[in-house]
Amino acid sequence: MSIRLTGVGMTHANGRHALQDVELTVSRGERLAIIGPSGAGKTTLLRLLATSLQPSEGRLELLGTEPWQLSSGARKRLRARLGLIHQSPPLPPRQRVVTAVLAGRLGQWPLWKGLLNLLYPLDPAGARDALARLDIADKLFERCDQLSGGQLQRVGIARVLYQRPELILADEPVSAMDPVLASHTLGVLTAEAEARGVTLLASLHAVDLALNHFPRIVGVRDGRIAFDLPSHAVSAEALEALYANEQLAAPSPASPPPAPHVVAIPRC
Amino acid sequence: MKRTLNYALLVAILLAVVASFAGLGLDFSGLTSTRSLSLMADYAAGFFPADFSAAHLAAIGRASLETLAMSALGTLLAALLGLLLALPAAGRFGRIGMALARLLLNALRSIPELVWAALMVLAAGLGPNAGTLALALHTAGVLGRLFAEALENTPAEPAEAIRLSGGGRIAAFVYGTLPGVWPQLIAYMLYRWENNIRMASVLGFVGAGGLGQMLYVSLSLFQQAQAATVILAMLLLVLVVDALSGWARQRWVSH
Amino acid sequence: MLSPSAGPAPRDPAALPRLALTILALALLWPGLSLSELNLAVLLDGDNAATMGSFVAGFWPPAHAGEFLALLGRATLETLAIATAGMALAWLIAAPCALLATRVLSISAVARGGRPLWWANALRWPVRLLLIVLRSIPEIVWALLFVRAVGLGPTAGVLAIAITYGGMLGKVYAEICESVDPRPARALLAAGSPRLAAFAYGVLPNAAGEMLSYTVYRWECAIRASVVMGFVGAGGLGQQIDLSMRMFAGGEVASMLLTFFALVLLADQLSRLLRNRLT
Repeated sequence: MSIRLTGVGMTHANGRHALQDVELTVSRGERLAIIGPSGAGKTTLLRLLATSLQPSEGRLELLGTEPWQLSSGARKRLRARLGLIHQSPPLPPRQRVVTAVLAGRLGQWPLWKGLLNLLYPLDPAGARDALARLDIADKLFERCDQLSGGQLQRVGIARVLYQRPELILADEPVSAMDPVLASHTLGVLTAEAEARGVTLLASLHAVDLALNHFPRIVGVRDGRIAFDLPSHAVSAEALEALYANEQLAAPSPASPPPAPHVVAIPRC
Repeated sequence: MKRTLNYALLVAILLAVVASFAGLGLDFSGLTSTRSLSLMADYAAGFFPADFSAAHLAAIGRASLETLAMSALGTLLAALLGLLLALPAAGRFGRIGMALARLLLNALRSIPELVWAALMVLAAGLGPNAGTLALALHTAGVLGRLFAEALENTPAEPAEAIRLSGGGRIAAFVYGTLPGVWPQLIAYMLYRWENNIRMASVLGFVGAGGLGQMLYVSLSLFQQAQAATVILAMLLLVLVVDALSGWARQRWVSH
Repeated sequence: MLSPSAGPAPRDPAALPRLALTILALALLWPGLSLSELNLAVLLDGDNAATMGSFVAGFWPPAHAGEFLALLGRATLETLAIATAGMALAWLIAAPCALLATRVLSISAVARGGRPLWWANALRWPVRLLLIVLRSIPEIVWALLFVRAVGLGPTAGVLAIAITYGGMLGKVYAEICESVDPRPARALLAAGSPRLAAFAYGVLPNAAGEMLSYTVYRWECAIRASVVMGFVGAGGLGQQIDLSMRMFAGGEVASMLLTFFALVLLADQLSRLLRNRLT
């Protein structure tokens, strides 16, 4: 069993209920897409699964353990087996792509190896191969601030491919790409999951991508699971109910690009 | 309301200036009376021509290198110590650590370099070692405060992402935080180096080596010609360091 | 589906420059260490540690006799007064020099897309050179020279601060004026308004905040500088601490170090207040 959520709820510090009574069981090797209107709780659900947030109620089981019952050392080892793909990958602007990708295995490497890798990339071939699967191997030695939003998302995916986790969690992984590239990139992700027999959960705002690439679809609305069906059983009515009153033309909730970092130069 | 307060503040500043002049009983007559002017002119004339003899230049060259080394190593040492103190001062080790680190940084910063130098001469003996330590201690206070500010302003998400994939605290810091603040740290270090070269050239006044010691000795012995060369060397050293740090800033900070 | 591209491991183009830089840094560090005679062990060396230990042992309790506190208060006020008076004079030097040195107010540049005529620029150079010389010679050297000229006392300190900080403020003011948007000033100059009016209406509104905050920062530095100047006989706290150290009076030194601490905290608060209020 890869994931089991029992009666999980999440209340933010400001008292807003982001998730309520979530029941979800995902077995090993399954691939499923989470869809739903913006603000439904997709991101919160993924952050709970990535152990970035602690659920305020209910039971959360990941890869056969309960992360919040573990000691912090054991939780750290568990996290090395989870891979989270962020919608806007938090990569330092001046870091080079090769370093950003190789950072995926920091949880598996001893500290000395991580420090040495900062001075001299220890596995550039591994990073290159991960990037090549996403067609951006030529950016290997570029700096992250020289990449476009879509290229950055692919670097974030390459980091998780390089990490080789047992559970891949993806939060809107292709939101900044054009439809053809998005479809191709999702194909790479699902192929990776299939080839290694690992579990893949992705939240997507493009319903057609979800239906085309994932055998199981979970609809989320207002912090609750609206439906949980095989993709061929998802009806137009179910989708309509899921997105009711939602502006169809609403732009994807891609967060704005971070403000350019300004270095203060004191005058002497 | 805000306007009146601002005017009151300006008036207060003017009053402070007037009170300063009055309270000090400044005597600028020395700068106007012909007798003292001619005395000053005589004294100033002693500086020309400057002494460019080979032996003196060799001594100045060595003292300049000593001063340069003091300023550079003092800044480097200060950056290391400052970073060590900036981590708790930015609140990474709890509230008590933060309060203690800030207190220590303020204490280091509040004591001027020359006073540190006088103390270090007592503790470590005469010579450039005392000067280097003095610069390092004062600058660590200044840089630690600036570094802590930079650490607080840097985004936390990259480090958080490393921790979520199982990286430890140190790995998250060097992969997630350091690349973001690095240029800012370099900019602050270069700025302090430009400051410290000025300071390093005078620490010798209290016996901490370098050009300052030469200047102090030659002025005490009324050897103005030799002093003039030392002052020229200080000027040159400051210009060289300004140029070097400007180049380094171009290369590593703005780029 | 793309197959991972095989082939030899790619070479890191930054490896060689990094290696060269590391070797260069080490090559510079070695003579630097020997020249600065850096050695932390001497601090723990028996003799030195004993001297310092007995000195520091005298720190507690800090001297607090009424007479000494009155002396300390007077010296502190004197230090603050030297800094303030010095800054006022420095400002008188800096303001006109900055106006003369900045390229923003060049009339010949208006018609030439921002680049002044070469001879107009050449006229600015002497002022810039003067500012560079004034700021590059440390204030304590000026103080030492003025002590010979006007005798011991605060006058030498005030003059030294006025000259060095005049150079610093002048150069930075000119830089700040050049860093703000030049178009308003150019438009005014092109319309025939005098330079001072162009400065007041075209440059000052945008530059005033940064200039003020730099001035406040320099005033803080001037307090520290006036402490230091006491060491060469220019009065204030520096002179007192020099005397106390020579007499090995640990308690008095401790009180004065505490005074420094209080002064720095006070300056921090004041500069925060001024920056919030006036910008």
